Amino acid sequence: MVTAHTSNDKTRDSNVHEYLSFLVGGQDYCVDIMQVREIRGGAKATTLPHSPDYMRGVINLRGTVLPIMDLASRLALDTETDGDRNVIIVVAISDRIVGLMVDAVSDILAIAEDDLQPPPDLPADQQRNFVSALTIMENRMIRVLDLTAVLPSQDEEAA
Amino acid sequence: MSDPMAEIKASFFVECEELLESLQDGLQVIYDESDDEETINVVFRAVHSIKGGAGAFGLDTLVSFAHKFETTLDEVRSGRLKAEGNVLKLFFTCGDMLGDLVREARDDETHDEARLEPVVNDLEKLIGTDEVTGEQTNIEFEVTALSLDLDIGTPEDAGLGSDPAWRVSFTPSSLLYANGNEPQFLFRALRDLGEIEVTCETPDLPHLAELDPEHGHMSWVISLKTNEAKDAIREAFEFVEDLCQLDIAQSQDQPPGLGNLPPADHSGTDEPMATMGGDADLPAPPDEITSDTDATSDEVHPSPASGSDVPTADARPDPQDLEPASAPPPPIPSDPSAPNARRGQNNATPKATVRVDLDRIDRLVNLVGEIVINQAMLSQSVEAVGIPPNSPVRTGLEEFQQLTRDIQESVMMIRAQPVKSLFQRMSRIVRESSADIKKDVRLRTEGENTEVDKTVIERLADPLTHMIRNAVDHGLESNAERETLGKSREGNVYLSALHRSGRVVIEVRDDGAGINREKVLAKAIEKGLIPPESQLSDGEIDNLLFLPGFSTADEVSNLSGRGVGMDVVRSSIQALGGRVSIHSEPGEGTTFSISLPLTLAVLDGMVVRVEDETLVIPLNAIFETLAVSSDDLRTFGPSTHVINIRDTFVPLIDLGTELGYRSPLGDYTGGVVLLIGQEDGLSAAVIVDSIEDQRQVVIKGLQDSYGRVPGIAAATILGDGQIALILDPADLIAQASGRTKPYSAVDPCNHPSDGTTLEVREW
Repeated sequence: MVTAHTSNDKTRDSNVHEYLSFLVGGQDYCVDIMQVREIRGGAKATTLPHSPDYMRGVINLRGTVLPIMDLASRLALDTETDGDRNVIIVVAISDRIVGLMVDAVSDILAIAEDDLQPPPDLPADQQRNFVSALTIMENRMIRVLDLTAVLPSQDEEAA
Repeated sequence: MSDPMAEIKASFFVECEELLESLQDGLQVIYDESDDEETINVVFRAVHSIKGGAGAFGLDTLVSFAHKFETTLDEVRSGRLKAEGNVLKLFFTCGDMLGDLVREARDDETHDEARLEPVVNDLEKLIGTDEVTGEQTNIEFEVTALSLDLDIGTPEDAGLGSDPAWRVSFTPSSLLYANGNEPQFLFRALRDLGEIEVTCETPDLPHLAELDPEHGHMSWVISLKTNEAKDAIREAFEFVEDLCQLDIAQSQDQPPGLGNLPPADHSGTDEPMATMGGDADLPAPPDEITSDTDATSDEVHPSPASGSDVPTADARPDPQDLEPASAPPPPIPSDPSAPNARRGQNNATPKATVRVDLDRIDRLVNLVGEIVINQAMLSQSVEAVGIPPNSPVRTGLEEFQQLTRDIQESVMMIRAQPVKSLFQRMSRIVRESSADIKKDVRLRTEGENTEVDKTVIERLADPLTHMIRNAVDHGLESNAERETLGKSREGNVYLSALHRSGRVVIEVRDDGAGINREKVLAKAIEKGLIPPESQLSDGEIDNLLFLPGFSTADEVSNLSGRGVGMDVVRSSIQALGGRVSIHSEPGEGTTFSISLPLTLAVLDGMVVRVEDETLVIPLNAIFETLAVSSDDLRTFGPSTHVINIRDTFVPLIDLGTELGYRSPLGDYTGGVVLLIGQEDGLSAAVIVDSIEDQRQVVIKGLQDSYGRVPGIAAATILGDGQIALILDPADLIAQASGRTKPYSAVDPCNHPSDGTTLEVREW
């Protein structure tokens, strides 16, 4: 979805999208606010056996079983600042709902598509796969998170 | 919906399902008891209604077949044909065929002429083709009609030579023929009421050259002597009321008041008919017509034979008075000798039903599940605040809890359906499979109103089909063998359903030869399924049938014996949270019992803790729980233990290790062991830290939100709002490493991936 914005920026110059920005492992990230369902405090997650390390487990979101992903761990970021990473951003993507555990939610940003730039091609950094665009806000570099990359599609999972 | 027609059509097919069900029911009743008139009528009606609807949608194949079926049934109805033996068998086949045609029409499939043809031929043999071909050409009716008035005289009429006479004038419109109705049948129905004389009137009949064969040009005047109420007469025309001009009036030349019909009531009851027939002397308000038509076409309410009930009926044709005459619920006719042809077809009062989208029910079930959880959380926090137990808040909460439980139960019941539809499918399986292998088999069902969750019913169809076929093919002896054994020539297969302690037990039983244990044992050894010298108990031998790849049939028959039978049955029943067991008596027969949970939405589970994690284990998998003493534990291999349970050694499985919560402890003294069993005996002893509770939990799928987790069946939400995982014991055991001793080479933080085939799903 986010990729679509960047590729179409020539035709939709005036398009301004709102993004929710947050802090993960000391870095600034944001996601399209239309994909965010809600923000909630952390709860004790029930561990899922045999799950990847970045899966914190599942919590009860008003009767729905919500998988929680530790975003810092998923992005292979420094997780030294453990402890207070207590905010869960519930995002919906292609009919699935997942909670992303982040350090803190910062702000809601309105970013014009013109201001988004493609991430540099740095093969050493695996993380690039998860970032679809970059932008600068008040001297901070904010990475637009590619949610589809963070959560593989259902097909991939079924395979 | 973009296409309103599609919607109507869809509801027609839903109705068809119901009609087919009552058709099957009716035939079964005839088969089991006798061909009483009412039941024949039910069957006839079902076929007729399907034909009518099919006609409206232009489903020609269906119409023509239903018509032939109907014609034959009418022969039975009029007593010219006996519904027994082969005729009845043919009817069953016709019923199945009709069901197939309906489904084919629904799914837009093409039907198989080759299958239909022999049935149609058989039907035509029964009725004689002339009747069938003559249906649309009106001219022939003069002949038939005239012949009708002689040979009848119902017993109750015989003594009453002076029954009130009615004059029925009947002018069908061409639509009546187009819808596949048949005046001849109507006359026959009238004949059942009393003595009739039919005169055909053809003033409108054009010259032959101008004759349009698609049009009806004739009308009939029927004079009928009966002591039946007018409604009874009218009911004969129930289906065609709005397709014809109908006028029912009492004959003038007959002295009125002789029967139990006071002439006065005439005006009290028949005004809608009069209007319909264009009778000038009894005008009625137009809305009267609609309400009355509704009442008559709605089979739920047999139209009131109010005539015999209202001796003081008002003679004035007062519209004010007439209004309520059709509105109140039908009074039960006081005169039992005046049943109309169709009353009482359903002896039990028909239940009013509503069709609801399954999704909506599921949402409701979910929401109620939420309430239950929420309520439990509320109770806990109220308790935590320290409110005394007998305070109003606490008592109120307890009442609330009770109510919530009630709601939950009722909501669960909405999803429940009687197993009847399933049983009917099985009776067809029996008929077809027994015909295939030339055995006479009778299916006897019991408890078909037992209710089970809809999903369970749907998913039970395949395993049950297997079992029924097995019973017919393998279980029962051939006809000749049975006779030499002194059994009835006809084999019996019993299918029963009942509720037993919160579960549904479905039994498939045959009165055949029972399991030939020697043969089974020999076969199992031959196939290498068990070691040659095995000493097995009878029960163990019987259970060999459930082994994958087992088949005893010497020849693979058309029906069964491909060796994919019972193990598939067992696994699909286990997938439903059920158990299947087998019991056999040589010479007496074999019984398979399936025990199933009532619903798939809740589950009885044991709440256990292991390494600070709470898990739920389905109760039906647990055979026994016991505390571990160090004496019982034996070291087996370098990293595994077995536990001695009454001199049987069962492998010990550490749940915490298998799920990756901890590395093997090595010393399990003080733990609690759950003996997890499958149908054929114990398979593992699972060790946990403690047992917390035993309770019913609402199942929440993990599949949709996360994906499949090995060893885990689903999740649930506990009273404290935490999610607990529900174990899939079979899967867990199948994939377990069995490691119960710390292994120095293994990094303690590492999850036990060694020796297991567990795959971690990347996502």
